[in-house]
Amino acid sequence: MTGPTLIQLALALPLAGAAFIALARSRPNLREAVSLATATALCIAVWSLLPEVMAGARPSYELMTLLPGLAIRFTVEPLGAMFAALASLLWIVNTIYSIGYMRGNREQHQTRFYIFFAVSIAATMGIALAGNLLTLFIFYEMLTLSTYPLVAHKGDPQARRGARTYLFILLGTSIGLLLPAMVWTYAVAGTLEFTPGGVLEGNIGDGLAAVLLLLYVLGIGKAAVMPVHRWLPAAMVAPTPVSALLHAVAVVKAGVFTVTKVVIYIFGLDFLAHVPAEKLLVYLAGFTVLAASLVALRQTDLKRLLAYSTVSQLSYVVLAALVLAPLSEIGAAIHIVAHAFGKITLFFAAGAIYVASRKTDVRQFAGIGRRMPWTMIAFTIGAISMIGVPPTAGFVSKWYIIAGAFQADNYFVLAVLAVSTGLNAAYFLPIVFRAFFQDEDQAPPREHGEAPWPMVAALTITAALTLLFFVFNGPVVELEYGILRGRP
Amino acid sequence: MWTAQLPALVIAGPPAAAPVAARRPGASWSWAFAALASAASFAIAMLLALAATEVTAISYAVGSWPPPFGIELRITGFSALLMLIITGASTIALVGGKASLDSDIAPARRHYFYAAWLLAVGGLVGIVASGDAFNIFVFMEVSSLATYILIAAGGNPRALPAVFKYLVMGTIGATFYLIGIGLIYLMTGTLNLVDMETRIHDVTDLKPIYAAVGFVTLGLVLKAGVFPLHVWLPNAYAWSPHVVTAFIAACSTKVSLYVLLRFDFMVFQGSLGGHDLQFAGFLMPLAVLGILVASAVAMTEGHLKRMLAYSSIAQIGYIVLGASLMSVSGLTAGIVHMFNHALAKGTMFLAIAFIATRLTALRLDDIAGIGRRMPWTLGAFLVAAMSLIGLPGTAGFISKWYLVLAALQSGAVGALLVAVVLVSSLMAVYYIWRVVEAAWSSTPGAEAAGAREVPLPMLAVLWTAALASIWFGLQPGLPLALSRSAATYLLGQLQ
Repeated sequence: MTGPTLIQLALALPLAGAAFIALARSRPNLREAVSLATATALCIAVWSLLPEVMAGARPSYELMTLLPGLAIRFTVEPLGAMFAALASLLWIVNTIYSIGYMRGNREQHQTRFYIFFAVSIAATMGIALAGNLLTLFIFYEMLTLSTYPLVAHKGDPQARRGARTYLFILLGTSIGLLLPAMVWTYAVAGTLEFTPGGVLEGNIGDGLAAVLLLLYVLGIGKAAVMPVHRWLPAAMVAPTPVSALLHAVAVVKAGVFTVTKVVIYIFGLDFLAHVPAEKLLVYLAGFTVLAASLVALRQTDLKRLLAYSTVSQLSYVVLAALVLAPLSEIGAAIHIVAHAFGKITLFFAAGAIYVASRKTDVRQFAGIGRRMPWTMIAFTIGAISMIGVPPTAGFVSKWYIIAGAFQADNYFVLAVLAVSTGLNAAYFLPIVFRAFFQDEDQAPPREHGEAPWPMVAALTITAALTLLFFVFNGPVVELEYGILRGRP
Repeated sequence: MWTAQLPALVIAGPPAAAPVAARRPGASWSWAFAALASAASFAIAMLLALAATEVTAISYAVGSWPPPFGIELRITGFSALLMLIITGASTIALVGGKASLDSDIAPARRHYFYAAWLLAVGGLVGIVASGDAFNIFVFMEVSSLATYILIAAGGNPRALPAVFKYLVMGTIGATFYLIGIGLIYLMTGTLNLVDMETRIHDVTDLKPIYAAVGFVTLGLVLKAGVFPLHVWLPNAYAWSPHVVTAFIAACSTKVSLYVLLRFDFMVFQGSLGGHDLQFAGFLMPLAVLGILVASAVAMTEGHLKRMLAYSSIAQIGYIVLGASLMSVSGLTAGIVHMFNHALAKGTMFLAIAFIATRLTALRLDDIAGIGRRMPWTLGAFLVAAMSLIGLPGTAGFISKWYLVLAALQSGAVGALLVAVVLVSSLMAVYYIWRVVEAAWSSTPGAEAAGAREVPLPMLAVLWTAALASIWFGLQPGLPLALSRSAATYLLGQLQ
């Protein structure tokens, strides 16, 4: 199949899947089978795009012309191809996990859950494959809206409150800051196409470009740079598979992905390098990395701890993108993958612990590693990846970011990375220690072992991916070198 | 060619059908006839709109008396767009709203009600089709009187003070307009708008013309419900029969805005030095205030229909703001927003009319849980609401895009205007989400718990309207072409 057909498939499959899930609502087994089949088909379609992109082609498909000079167009380039491949792969694993979690927990409204999950994935594909900023924006908003029912899934007042914060911050930043930034870009540059080398050079003064960059970085609220990070902890009221979707597969990844796209293809590295206030944003991202880690240190609720860890890790990507060195851009891209594998493992583990033992507080975890060895070993691998120690995925991306920082002689970034590594170790290792080396304070109210097998299978797969990526990262790195090609 | 007679058909059709609709009391027959007449007008309006994209203006001399001596009908892209809005809103409301109308209007009055409806449609279409200042006044009165009847036709006693307020203020507005054109007639000796435009150049003593500008502008601003002269609007919308709200909210204020723009941009602008700046300086602050204040009120309003009425006042502010930017893109934004807003707000009010067939009260507390009982109705409401907010992929996004673009191009004050537009979009998110949370609340109210979804044919009409908001968000070609031609036509006098 050719590139455009595959792009159409990547967008249409999840939507078709959502429709079939709705039709199969009265037969749970069929419904889940449809989910899995759709995820698998999507993954095959997206991965079939990769060889073409690696060979240097940029398959493109135009859906329609919206306004004169503004089309809804999809173009596959290395960064987007990687993001789409990642999201489609993790959707399969997440579906397996969801089946275990939703059934194990006897959740209500499971059909609605699977439908909106599929729609979110369609939106993510749109973001990943978007050929211009307008297209990206359309799917960005679609992702916000389609994840809202997932966050509010439980329907109790607490879930509603969390979901409201989620929606208002994400819509507020995107309508209030990202939209004017986009219209402004269009007004000065006359185009919103993602172009290697950027479209803004020579069209806007340095001072105004700094304002514009600030609008973009804060307007892309999904990247959760402080002070617009609050939606992420608020969204922790969602069921755990949704948290995994938000943190690893789709939402936050869409945010940092968009920031990286804007930096590389709208501003262009060479142009940004002499925008004066660009440094300020590096400091803002650096501050977020450290501040979020400090907040995470004080959390006792595992999911909230992981949420702040995500805020911190996302700013790694933003920071790396803003270092503006070629190697750091590659580091930014790879960290999207590395963090996804690690963080989804951690969330899967958190959900497995909850389903098996109803425990959410890390102070209750003493001895739990002996009851749930698979889960906790996977958790440990994820944690090590967050810290960035070999032999895990986190080390690979950190390597490239550090190399980039050296290329740009940016010692601030190096210092941030060093301190952050220490902080990550400080809040993850005590949990691991407690789980494996302390005895249970008291016997749990009911005996339990591992969570249902689909959950254990899912988290074992993602933990394995975290380890494997340390060794087999070659193709991804090679693919991402493509984003540096075509620069003037 | 029979197509040459279309302008005459579109304004004569509905009023001619009115007495026929009034002939047979009681039965559904008058409803069917009104809906049919309305649909026929809609079809003609579509033909005219397609024709209007080809030429600047279609001129029709009534009784073959050539203008400026005879009465001229003048169909421009602008009037064709408004005609689409009027006849489209009327058709959708009538076809989809039968069940709601049956429960709101007493059987003994029904046939008169449909006659009044057709007169209102005829009057509104007449205003936008006419090329003659006095005829515009006559049609304005026809449509206003018919609208008062429509608003008061339901059983709700609260509609009576509301309609009385509307009547008093509407009459003041119409009188101001009449005084204004009287003064112009005094100085130019003509009532034909195109003729007026050229003759006003020869007027040496401009003082009466200045007075006329004041009277005409103020009178129309009052009728259009521009802040702070909007006080008649919320109650008139809130207490009228629900389907009537869907119809008038979509088109009646926009028709007054049409006349306003026609006069201020074309008749006055060419001759009066600096009038454009005065106009912008007068209307821009009103627009900004209207957008912010009305949105803020909507955020606190507990009654569903009053909330949307205040939202309408804010949206009128958008249209006026676009016009007051005095640029092609600004005017395009304002005019295309007339269309997009009519589509969204009409759909939302129609959805509310459907909800009202199941519930007696429409406060936010009363609709708790209705979204679970009537998911399709509320779903259509939500789609239209997204267009109102201006989310990408909907028609509202197109107008917002042009408005922000025009504001950015208008210099230093532009950034401030962008902020106003975007802040009010966020306020819209807030008041819409209050509805969503109430509608999908897990603790349904007593009435809502027993509510059932409306039948499929009604849903089909509602969803046609809702999906039109998506369609024109992705394929904005026709409304944009008409708006752009209207904008260049209006601004042509400036260059």
